[in-house]
Amino acid sequence: MAKKVALLQGNEACAHGAVYAGCTFFGGYPITPSTEVAEVMSVELPKIGGAFIQMEDEIAAMASILGGALTGAKAMTATSGPGMSLKQELLGYACIAEIPCVIINVMRGGPSTGMPTGPSQSDVLQARWGTHGDHPAIALAPSSCQEIFSETVRAFNLAEKYRMPVQVVFDEIVGHMRERIEFPEPGELEIIDRTEPTVAPEDYKPYDTQFGDVAPLAAFGSEYRYHVTGLNKAEDGFPTTKAELVDAEQRRQIRKIEDARADIESNEEYQTEDAEVIVLAYGSTARSGRYAVDRLREEGVKAGLFRPITLWPFPEKRVQELAKQTKGIIVPEMNLGQMVLEVERVVARDCAVELIGRVDGEPITPTQIMDKVKEVL
Amino acid sequence: MAYDYEKNIRPGKLPHIWCPGCGHGIAMKGLIRAMDTCGLDKNNTAMVSGIGCASRLPGYMDYCTLHTAHGRAAAFATGIKMAKPEMNVICVGGDGDGVAIGGNHFIHACRRNIDMTYVVFNNYIYGMTGGQFSPTTPTGDKASTTPYGNPDPTFDISKLAIGAGATFVARTTAFHATQIDKLIVQGIKHKGMAVIEVLDDCPTTYGRRNRFRSVVDMMKRLKDIAVPVAAAGKMSPEQLEGKVLTGVLHQEDRPEYCEQYTEVIKRAQAQSE
Ligand SMILES: Cc1ncc(C[n+]2csc(CCOP(=O)(O)OP(=O)(O)O)c2C)c(N)n1
Ligand code: SF4
Ligand SMILES: [Mg+2]
Repeated sequence: MAKKVALLQGNEACAHGAVYAGCTFFGGYPITPSTEVAEVMSVELPKIGGAFIQMEDEIAAMASILGGALTGAKAMTATSGPGMSLKQELLGYACIAEIPCVIINVMRGGPSTGMPTGPSQSDVLQARWGTHGDHPAIALAPSSCQEIFSETVRAFNLAEKYRMPVQVVFDEIVGHMRERIEFPEPGELEIIDRTEPTVAPEDYKPYDTQFGDVAPLAAFGSEYRYHVTGLNKAEDGFPTTKAELVDAEQRRQIRKIEDARADIESNEEYQTEDAEVIVLAYGSTARSGRYAVDRLREEGVKAGLFRPITLWPFPEKRVQELAKQTKGIIVPEMNLGQMVLEVERVVARDCAVELIGRVDGEPITPTQIMDKVKEVL
Repeated sequence: MAYDYEKNIRPGKLPHIWCPGCGHGIAMKGLIRAMDTCGLDKNNTAMVSGIGCASRLPGYMDYCTLHTAHGRAAAFATGIKMAKPEMNVICVGGDGDGVAIGGNHFIHACRRNIDMTYVVFNNYIYGMTGGQFSPTTPTGDKASTTPYGNPDPTFDISKLAIGAGATFVARTTAFHATQIDKLIVQGIKHKGMAVIEVLDDCPTTYGRRNRFRSVVDMMKRLKDIAVPVAAAGKMSPEQLEGKVLTGVLHQEDRPEYCEQYTEVIKRAQAQSE
């Protein structure tokens, strides 16, 4: 049987990916350029008996998905710019309380109201450090409509597997671009559900370390009763200020992601084997990057593309390896220098690192990238 | 009637954090009696709070308990109820939590008429952070951030709830302890958004800064200002000056939100067939 295909916008693909992943709860608040995600969810979720709710603001939307997720639902919200800023406190809540959920951030220009309809990639460090306190972060950056679908599925898988919020960040260009999408058959993409407890209800601890760094999570309304708080807590979920317990909990949360890098990281490499210069780009910018690499190769320049699909945790090992074999890494991004800081940090002095920053609401062109590559060589 | 307090709480989590003389303990006992009376299934009942002294309450209760962020209880609770409408949902929190930082969520939960019970412990102050004024601190009173007297007008939480669309609204005080559980029972049984405002006291951060020399003085005040709704009808505006009405202030039947959404599901499924 032929696969179902459709011409879909990135935002629409995102919503369909969520439903494919098993999402049954969406709480949102309209904001350009992410609104279509909510619109499609409002159509699709009631069809499958799920729930869509438009909340009174983005904070409420974030709160609602955390409540929904605690009842066992796979839950998602979607927003942009100012809305993402509003969600930060509860993003931290999801981290500390270890509540699985997916947050879609279709990036637009900022700060503040900025450029509602202009593309941007200026929330990529916010995705890592936006909420206060030490916390782990997973952020995925798809660069095509098909990939938005599959990365949204992967975001749910990682959220449920590691019990934490996962952000999918893409710029307005991929969010609003239309491309042909092939709908995967049921079962074609892996779907991961959260691990539920099997211990006797009286023995259940929501942060029980005997199961490793990620404890099984019971649903509210099941036979397990427990406490959830945003305070630092012990394994039993109740608040504590005991220094050694707080320290152990904080470190475990960072470790659960650090130790799982191999499972979480995902990159695409194009012509990197013999590359003398590497374009490190993500999202729609990587599309210009790939085009530039092809043109440069035609001109005899050994260029390659490294595209992190997982922005956080940042693929530092691989970037370090590449730095040792190339003369320079070019980082084009629609901001004034964000991921480039991470590249500089991990590369140290092994090769030159050059930023192409653009914040005028226009995409970065292949020509801009080609010019910069020639400058470096 | 004998109440089983033990059955409803987590005895291992006591003693609680509240100061001697804090009205939150009286209000909590009333809430426990109400929950005991209703015989709610503990596995199927979520208790949700924000941040503040009052909001520490769920930690002591043997239910599915969720201590959220400051002001966000109603929004988390809405998510729980929408995702699992068969669960009973009870929110608890302070005046600051509920109608200052959480005011937007509070009024919208009322507007939706989502089936939950929201108990506000109104002690007229931000207790937990040391006594800054809240939206219910009487104008002219002293708080740590109104050293020259509070210039702000106040919210009447019950009126706010009625205006926003809550379909059951009641008020009582920590002095009228036995009325607390009776009203909460009615709220729990009510289908839709039920708000029960319990006026109580914070001797530590509000009483000592103002005209109250003791907890007893604060309790006397609660006794003096309360006027049952039935009695109010026979009183003149002058007599009602400075008083607050207690009892069931508002009750109506209006479609409940989760039921409305069930209709949405039916329509969506009918259209996609
Ligand atoms: C976002 C945020 N802002 C401020 C605070 C600090 N804070 C904690 S409790 C509180 C006020 C609590 O007052 P109320 O809700 O009336 O509860 P009470 O302590 O009086 O019972 C404040 C301002 C916080 N925890 N989070
Ligand atoms: S500070 Fe006030 S509200 Fe908080 S526990 Fe003490 S008396 Fe109660
Ligand atoms: Mg208060």
